[in-house]
Amino acid sequence: MLRILRLAIAALTLLGLAGPASAAKEREVSIGLQAAITSMDPHYHNLSPNNSMMLHVFEPLIKRDANQKLVPGLAASWKAVDDLTWEFKLRKNVRFHDGSPLTADDVVFTLKRVPNVPNSPSSFATFTKPIVDVKVVDPHTLIFKTATPHVLLPSDLASVMIVSKLHGEKAATEDYNSGKAAIGTGPYKLAEYVPNQRVVLKANYGYWGGEEPWDKITFKILTNPAARVAALLSGDVQMIETVPTADIARLGKDPKYNVVDKVSNRVIYVHLNQSTDKAPPFVTDKSGKPLEKNPFRDARVRKALSVGVNRDVIVDRVMEKKAVAAAQLLPDFFYGTSKKLKPAKYDLEGAKKLLAEAGYPNGFALTIHGPNNRYINDDKVAQAVAQFYSRIGIDAKVETMPSSVYFTRASKLEFGYMILGWGTESGEQGSSLRSLLATFNRERGMGVTNRGRYSNPAFDKVLETALVTMDDKKREALIQQAAEMAMNDTALIPLHYEVSTWATTKGFDYTARTDQYTLAMGLKPRK
Amino acid sequence: MLAYAIRRFGQSFFVLVLMSFLVFVGVYAIGNPVELLVNPQADDAERIRATAALGLDKAFLEQYWVFLKGAASGDLGRSFVYNVPALSLILDKLPATIELAFVAMVIAIALGIPLGLVAGLKPDSILGRGIMAGSILGFSLPTFWVGLVLIMVFSVQLGWLPSNGRGETVTVAGVPLSFLTADGLLHLAMPAVNLALFKLSLLIRLTRAGTREAVLQDYVKFARAKGLTQGRVIGVHVLKNILIPIVTVIGLELGSVIAFAIVTESIFAWPGTGKLLIDSINQLDRPVIVAYLLVIVTLFIFINFVVDVLYSMLDPRVRLGGAASH
Amino acid sequence: MAGLVLLVAILVVGVLAPVISPQNPYDLAQLDVMDSKLAPGEKSPDGRTYWLGTDDQGRDMLSGIFYGLRISLGVGIASTVFALAIGLVFGLVAAYFGGWVDTLVMRIVDIQLSFPAILIALVLLAVLGQGVDKIVVALVTVQWAYYARTVRSSALVERQKEYIEAARVLALGQARVVFRHLLPNCLPPLIVVATVQVAHAIALEATLSFLGLGLPITEPSLGLLISNGFQYMLSGKYWISFYPGLALLLTIMAINLVADQLRDILNPRLRK
Repeated sequence: MLRILRLAIAALTLLGLAGPASAAKEREVSIGLQAAITSMDPHYHNLSPNNSMMLHVFEPLIKRDANQKLVPGLAASWKAVDDLTWEFKLRKNVRFHDGSPLTADDVVFTLKRVPNVPNSPSSFATFTKPIVDVKVVDPHTLIFKTATPHVLLPSDLASVMIVSKLHGEKAATEDYNSGKAAIGTGPYKLAEYVPNQRVVLKANYGYWGGEEPWDKITFKILTNPAARVAALLSGDVQMIETVPTADIARLGKDPKYNVVDKVSNRVIYVHLNQSTDKAPPFVTDKSGKPLEKNPFRDARVRKALSVGVNRDVIVDRVMEKKAVAAAQLLPDFFYGTSKKLKPAKYDLEGAKKLLAEAGYPNGFALTIHGPNNRYINDDKVAQAVAQFYSRIGIDAKVETMPSSVYFTRASKLEFGYMILGWGTESGEQGSSLRSLLATFNRERGMGVTNRGRYSNPAFDKVLETALVTMDDKKREALIQQAAEMAMNDTALIPLHYEVSTWATTKGFDYTARTDQYTLAMGLKPRK
Repeated sequence: MLAYAIRRFGQSFFVLVLMSFLVFVGVYAIGNPVELLVNPQADDAERIRATAALGLDKAFLEQYWVFLKGAASGDLGRSFVYNVPALSLILDKLPATIELAFVAMVIAIALGIPLGLVAGLKPDSILGRGIMAGSILGFSLPTFWVGLVLIMVFSVQLGWLPSNGRGETVTVAGVPLSFLTADGLLHLAMPAVNLALFKLSLLIRLTRAGTREAVLQDYVKFARAKGLTQGRVIGVHVLKNILIPIVTVIGLELGSVIAFAIVTESIFAWPGTGKLLIDSINQLDRPVIVAYLLVIVTLFIFINFVVDVLYSMLDPRVRLGGAASH
Repeated sequence: MAGLVLLVAILVVGVLAPVISPQNPYDLAQLDVMDSKLAPGEKSPDGRTYWLGTDDQGRDMLSGIFYGLRISLGVGIASTVFALAIGLVFGLVAAYFGGWVDTLVMRIVDIQLSFPAILIALVLLAVLGQGVDKIVVALVTVQWAYYARTVRSSALVERQKEYIEAARVLALGQARVVFRHLLPNCLPPLIVVATVQVAHAIALEATLSFLGLGLPITEPSLGLLISNGFQYMLSGKYWISFYPGLALLLTIMAINLVADQLRDILNPRLRK
């Protein structure tokens, strides 16, 4: 069978039909992405792969650099006039792909469109909601009013793409997908969008920020990691994102390839279910009988479970060094992180002692739950953690499942010990503390993803003060204080920060980013 | 015959209704799509809005009723994830999958039946034994594993074949086909072989077993004794009598290869419905799952109908809708 | 003969796995992630040698394969036997009685065949949780319809033959006619399908594991070992999926060699 095929192929090769995929043309590149782009409507789905793709075609008022620091985008400058008033100045030389100029009206239209996209499964309204009133001072100056002091407004607006009023007024999501309404200001124009398959972009030669090095970019959706690597190795694409950790070493050694990486804004952590007085589900004594008290409500148990994990070994062996041991929710060069917090040191004896002090000298039993298709090597991390727990006298089982099942059950608090991940798109730790550790109150938007139901009024108070403090320095100090309170109380167990990786064929340079976005604007031919 | 066909398609209606209900219950049991779709930083207001936008705020039975009403007018709902009509999403990707499935089936049939005949007629020869041993290879290794080995050899090492995607297409009667272009064939080769391997082995084994039996039967012995040529004996008498189980299995496999080329499609990034299905299941995109399975069940009903009709043509003793009841 | 010897040897290894394995690969306390991904024969930091290497958790591949054989064989055989039994009954009943019984059974079969295994496995995982028994249930649910249709096709032909007419004329009990006369004559093609399907069930379990829906990650079957090792293939750590693959190949070969013999023995026509 294979021989016949080989003969056929040999024949084709002779005829000149086959042969290795022809080397990419001069100013064209193909890039392999790991997840589907669900729409080209920039306000339809607030999802990282989409947000990353949109930045090629559209632009926000404020952009984030490779380290997620805010830098001017379509707005040349902005400032807080008072606690409730912000002034934004637009760039004057910006034109949409069709040549029409960008004005304040487009911004007003965008803010109106954002909360009103039909069928949106995850809208951007969260970012525009704080703005209660907009005044157009002149075609390039806007005044935004908020009801309460909202320090994160610039960061929020960095997530909102500005669309053209002219093309967007009657446009539905389909019109953006077809390209009809996908008229932005970005460095690339949309040429073709095929759901779950590819996105093709063409250069926008009149881009205000200067010309990009590529005429044409094809993004291919290659969800299977092995398929992605194979596509790079066989020359079908010139760059891939999220290189499987198993292949990084090999690609790094090969002179034909170039691997770049950067620590990301995503922390992998453990939520310990503290919602009940009695032991949470899947936490029992060693014979399987229920425990009287919830061990996770005891800070000593939480600490034991934290110092009982050897993060260095996980980083070294499981993550193949493409991870960084974590001490808080973001690596410590981000805003609001505390340099005083260090990753918990592995301490076998200390963990045993803490458990004994807490009344569990012989340990107890728990099941580690985690996803198996969401984070880098997630199921392997779960098993390694279980290995470490067996050494401090805790019987740990491991159950991993696809995220479709996992997250629903985790949100219903059906688990006791949950491995989760959190990427901080805003790039400042206050918002992460608010979502993951503030006392659960969804109506107020506090602790919305606090699946451990950790609750500490003293911590809440510091954090809430921080959230309404306009002064950047003072606010940062308060967020740092809150982070230290929570982490010293082991409110959750941070394990590691993921390191994002990209691999290119030789002859390219890629500027790695902390937000895990893959942007063609960061890809340059090597000189 | 016509009455039989009409009755058969009348039954299909109930099958479709039942199927859609089962899928609704199934997806409901797996999890809540909003958990996966909504941004984790969303507050209550946003969650409520998203739930309502997807129509998930209604009671379960009401959601199903809304679906049935839409389905009655040909609207199977919009994808939660892509916000396009689920049916059009599927129909856009169906030609790629059907093409792959047919090419795979052709490979399997064109090689499987002749090889099976040889192995059945000469069961103790080296060739016969060799074929049987080789066929074991075809189904004992998982598809994903074989797929990657193919890629490693033909794309990475030899650089002969592209590792992923579908090649250039030409549009024939509104349907984009890729097997008519050289580029298309190169892209098709590996996924089709990967998909064909299991069916090939199965057909070899079935044909061999049937042949071995048939050659021992009186009518074959009689035909030989009458001095008919070997070719005629095999072509008419042997083949005809082993075709029923083979046709059944081909029908079953053709269906399953169209429906569930999931693994092959994701390894080779083939832009077909299998990849769409697995992604939709992972994201709990219910409208797409429901619409997809309705398309597939219709396809199965059709294939099984054709197979049943073929039975009666191959063997007049089989009466369609046969009411041999007592 | 060689097939039988091989099969017996494999069964013995499977049964005796806990006794002959150097390590209990399902006990996380016995694994050391520091020993992970060692090549066959390579010495670990604390001086141990793993003859077939280790996987990403430091699991001894040899022990993993012994234990995995047990699970894979168990899953493959159990699901095939149950699916075959259910399919056989439904297929025979449908063919023998015909009419609305046939219609009802075959339309259920249509539904079942179009229901993807991953969806069934995912529903079971969400409702019942993870485990070997749930995987068997999922595989039986997926496969019984396949047998039902195959049996029915053979039975439809057999039903019309003289000996069944004769048995009916003799007014033998219906159950007797179905199981003593119809069944044996439908068996040959079914046995072919069934032996291939044991392999298919094992491979399907591997595929489900590959999609993250299979067995608990800490109790790998051969299929799960292969799919775990899959991601290391491009990087040259071949042993993590090669040896389990070899073991799977040998197992399936042995089953099929024995089954081929068995079919010839069971086949009433070849005995003539």
